[in-house]
Amino acid sequence: MMKGHRSWVFENKPVIVSTATVGGPFEANGKLADDFDLLHEDLWLGEDSYEKAHKVLFEEAFFKAMEKAGIEKEKVQFIIAGDLINQITPSSFAARTIGAPYLGVFGACSTSMEGLALSAFIVNYGGAQYVLTGAASHNTAVEKQFRYPTEYGGQKPPTAQWTVTGAGVALLSNQGNGPRVTAATIGRVVDMGLTDPFNMGGAMAPAAVDTIEAHLRDLQIDPSYYDMIVTGDLGHIGREVSLDLMKKNGLSIEDERYQDCGLMIYREGQPVLSGGSGAGCSATVVYGHLLNRMKRGELKRILVVATGALLSPLTFQQNETIPCIAHAVAIEYGGDDI
Amino acid sequence: MANEKRKNLTPVQQEYHLFEKERETKRPLFKNCVRAFLVGGLICVIGQAVSYFYMYFFDFTEQTVGNPTVATMVFISMILTGIGVYDRIAQFAGAGSAVPVTGFGNAVISAAIEHRTEGFVLGVGANMFKLAGSVILFGTFAAFVVALVKTILIQWGGLG
Repeated sequence: MMKGHRSWVFENKPVIVSTATVGGPFEANGKLADDFDLLHEDLWLGEDSYEKAHKVLFEEAFFKAMEKAGIEKEKVQFIIAGDLINQITPSSFAARTIGAPYLGVFGACSTSMEGLALSAFIVNYGGAQYVLTGAASHNTAVEKQFRYPTEYGGQKPPTAQWTVTGAGVALLSNQGNGPRVTAATIGRVVDMGLTDPFNMGGAMAPAAVDTIEAHLRDLQIDPSYYDMIVTGDLGHIGREVSLDLMKKNGLSIEDERYQDCGLMIYREGQPVLSGGSGAGCSATVVYGHLLNRMKRGELKRILVVATGALLSPLTFQQNETIPCIAHAVAIEYGGDDI
Repeated sequence: MANEKRKNLTPVQQEYHLFEKERETKRPLFKNCVRAFLVGGLICVIGQAVSYFYMYFFDFTEQTVGNPTVATMVFISMILTGIGVYDRIAQFAGAGSAVPVTGFGNAVISAAIEHRTEGFVLGVGANMFKLAGSVILFGTFAAFVVALVKTILIQWGGLG
């Protein structure tokens, strides 16, 4: 059901019956290594190109999610997935392996929640029984595409972020047990005129604030309704900027209630500068770590606000500013009203 | 950010720019300069040592030692790039490892490695000078302009 200007409330509360997360070597050394289903110690994953390795990340996550739910791939009615590579080939190629009807989506690093919101919408209205959704990124494949060659010695500023190597996938269904998707708010494209591709957090912060405020306004709830409001990959700078921006707009969220996936995934001391980023960042942290915490009863309601910077290397070179977007999805587990 | 770009922004965007700038982690300029000086200097010291090596053990003079020295330095840079160390040195050193000829070598070699998966012709061949190409183009052009100026001054200005 549409609520407010751009939010959906899912009366049937689609269930996340299973999730799967796959990570790379850098994530294996990170803080959340235990929450990954599968970790690789080699960035190549035994393939002969990073792009193929990227596809394999996705395939493994898809198969793992189906295995955990105990369903065959023939039962999956739709796949909604995306990534950061040109023409989202890793997602499409992984979907080819599964063979289910597929919708490729692109929302840069917000793809995870864009996919989850759409999947929940489809399941909620009886459009499918099982929908697989996910997002992935591969550090070197993404670096190659958006920045310089991976071995090039260019010094990155402290505002830069580290692209996560990982895939996070969720299987949604209209029945079963697990965390439930209760609402979603679709983001607008917000462009505050920033142009530095090494400062995505600063560029994306206004988009996150816009979506969070819209969500709370549409659903007429207070930030304290959620145990945690978690952004996708704002990093140190984006988190601080967005927190101050909300304060300025008269919305106060306690510091500890407002977290960022990009700051959760790595350990202090890993050379990630401002934090983690990439489509796989929010996907792996939410579908791994956060849902595990929900299942342990530590969190009952969370709002995931995945943020994405909708630029390409071409638009940056042509001096265009960086348009950003954020999609929010509310996930609840074991709350009073279920 | 250039002021010129900022002029095209709306007042709201300009306000956000300032708001964001205040909260941005600044580049540690002084620290970067010191590191660049130390690492860049160290690379030059190694280069000098290589020069002396060629002059002492082989038949090179101070005028002719440049070529084998540069070749050796680029070779070392290639090895370090290949084993994935050069980019880590660069994150520490910044301009210190980018400005010397080793940085130029790294720019060429890293691009060649990166695009190996697309084949030798369309991958390595087409992309090898992706980063270094502009250095070659504008370096050659700048040399041409300087030579032209020098020639004009010698011919008509009575220089030299």
